[in-house]
Order: sequence, then structure tokens, then C-alpha cells
Amino acid sequence: MRPTGRAAPTKPSLACGGVPLLPPPHAGEGRGGGTTARLRRGLIALLLALFLPLHALAVSNPADMLPDPAQEERARNLGRDIRCMVCQNQSIEDSEAPLARDLRLIVRERITAGDSDAEVKDFLHTRYGDYVLLKPPFSWSTAVLWATPVVALLLGGSLILGLRRRNAQAIAPPPLTEEERRRLSALGVTPDGETRQDGTRA
Amino acid sequence: MTPLARRALLFAPFAVAAAGGVAFYGMLQGMRTGEYNPRGVPSALIGQHAPDFTLPPLEGAELPALTSADLRNLPGPVLVNFWASWCVPCIIEHPQLMQLSREGVPVFGIAYKDKPADSLKFLRDRGNPFRRLSKDEPGRVAIDWGVYGVPETYLLDKQGIIRWRFAGPVTADVVEHDIRPLLRRWA
Repeated sequence: MRPTGRAAPTKPSLACGGVPLLPPPHAGEGRGGGTTARLRRGLIALLLALFLPLHALAVSNPADMLPDPAQEERARNLGRDIRCMVCQNQSIEDSEAPLARDLRLIVRERITAGDSDAEVKDFLHTRYGDYVLLKPPFSWSTAVLWATPVVALLLGGSLILGLRRRNAQAIAPPPLTEEERRRLSALGVTPDGETRQDGTRA
Repeated sequence: MTPLARRALLFAPFAVAAAGGVAFYGMLQGMRTGEYNPRGVPSALIGQHAPDFTLPPLEGAELPALTSADLRNLPGPVLVNFWASWCVPCIIEHPQLMQLSREGVPVFGIAYKDKPADSLKFLRDRGNPFRRLSKDEPGRVAIDWGVYGVPETYLLDKQGIIRWRFAGPVTADVVEHDIRPLLRRWA
């Protein structure tokens, strides 16, 4: 019994998600409308819900927001580039983890203190390393990460090109037999096996 | 293409799948023994001094507080452990910390985002492995250390330079495979 997991810095719940459930599609609907009509409206609502931009539902306690809307906007844009270390696939703006909230507050504190965006990122980078940035910087340790798509493209491309070239000069067909030659000339095609591009007969 | 090469090519996808399977098995095995943590992130502070901090002691614990000044010019390597009474893996690692402490390894503690009364009860019920203990209720010093969950354990050398960080419960395997060799190395 050796669990590798550990507690996220949260007390009652380990919730990372934070996307509130939408109200049921029929909520507030009156008596009118048959079952099919209601079903259709429900389906349309559900479909529309799929197109909602998820970050519009991002968690943010209004009390944590900065009074200056321009600064708050900067904080949000910055926060979307900062990884929540607990949830690991969400930005701190999207995560409900207590640590994400602490980091959101730190971002806002640094901005109020007059830090530039780069300084705020640097503050977190010195503490949490490359991993805290959702877009990792280019360095020797991340070179493989950044180069992988290019290498994959080159490998795949050269493989395709190589195979195509090989197929082009593929196996030469066996020479025609006398019988075939005779039938071809009967059809009006040159007996050496060449077909004419324009399709006309000789 | 020779028939042999053709057959080899036919088996290539199976070979790739088999290699993936072996690697995956290794990963699962590592997760079971605690050697591999898929959510583990290397610390950005390795090779650096611990960040400057002062924190209050846990009142009632009768232990001196831990501040960054206590992490300079040490007689030997030390462990710094971030923990909380509400953290279940902290219960799992507690016997290992007690054992190390009994052997004379200095274990320093920082109670993270915990109510002092709860921290105290945890230590009264299970025993105290800590030589020094501070509380970090706002959790800000923990962020300066790059802590992203509890428990988290750091090993510092004599000069107070962070040499190792482990995120997760310190199991018996971690003590044998990591902590003991590191204590010898930085002694």
C-alpha cells in the first residue's frame, strides 16, 4: 500500500473543474408546446451550449478583481498563460483550486505594485520553473519539446516522398508475350506497349 | 523489397505497440512503489538557497520556529517538510519522518494552511518528528518555495542549498532510494 497521490492544497474538495452546470434546458418553460417541441428546444439549447466559450465561465471571485478594469484585463490575460500546478491542465484563471486562487491574487498584487507582464511571469517562473508557464520558453531543456513537431513533419514528409519516389520507379512490368502483342496491334496500339496520351488510336 | 524486409515491416507496428506496453508497465510499476510520480514537477529551486522567510512558531508545540536564518551553516544536511493535518498522504509519510528523526536527522516542519489547533492535535496524536516548526497559514512562504501541494519534502545541504525536492508522501522506498543516499552524499 503505497499511494503516490497526495493532497492538493484544499480542504473539503479536490475539485479542479469549476465549470458550473448549465440550468436544465427546460427550466422556466411554460405549459405550452408538445413533447417533441420541448425536446427540440432542449436539444437546440444543448447544442448552443456546446458553442459557449468555456473561458467565459472561468472562476473568478468578484471580490478578488482589481478595481481598475484595464489592470484586471491584464491580470486575466496573464493568468491564462499561467498553469495551475494542482490541476496541471488548466490555467490559474480557469481553476478553482485554492493554490490557483493564491496565484491569481499574487498576479494582481504584482500588477498593482507596478510590475510589467514579464516581471509577473518571472516572479512565478523563479518559484515554479518552466512548468508554470503554459507556453514554455525556448531553452536547451525545452528544445526537444519545441523541435518535435518540426522533426515529425520532416520525418513524415521524407517518408512519404521516399515511398512515392519508389512507387514511381516501381517494379517494371514483365515483357509482353507474342499473343499480347498481336492483340494490341489488332486494337491499333503500338506494339511496344506505349499507350498514347491523347487516347487516339494509331 | 525482399520478403524478409516486408515481413519485418509488417511486424513493426506490433513492435512499437509492445515497446509502448513495456514502457507503460514500467510507469505503473514506478507509480506503485512511489518512485515515479506522473504529476511530479522538478523544483525550480534546486541548487539555490532556500528563499528568505520568517514565520511564527506553532503556539503550544513548544518548538522553536523555523526561519531562513536557521537554514544557513548547518552541521549537516536537513529535511524541510511542508505538511498539514488535513492532508491524508501526510499521515502515510509520518512514520518515516518519525524514524528519520529518531535516527538524528534534523527534520524541520512548516504547517501549510492549517488551523494551529488541528496541527497541534495531529502532533499530539501521532508524535512530533520536527526539531523546528513554523506555521504558514496564508501559504505565501510555501509559494516562495514552489510548493504546489502537501506533503512536500526538501533536502538542504550544510550550506543551506536545496538539493532535492519530493512532492508526495515520503514512503519507506523513498527513504531508502532517495533520502539515505542523499544524506550520505551531502553529509
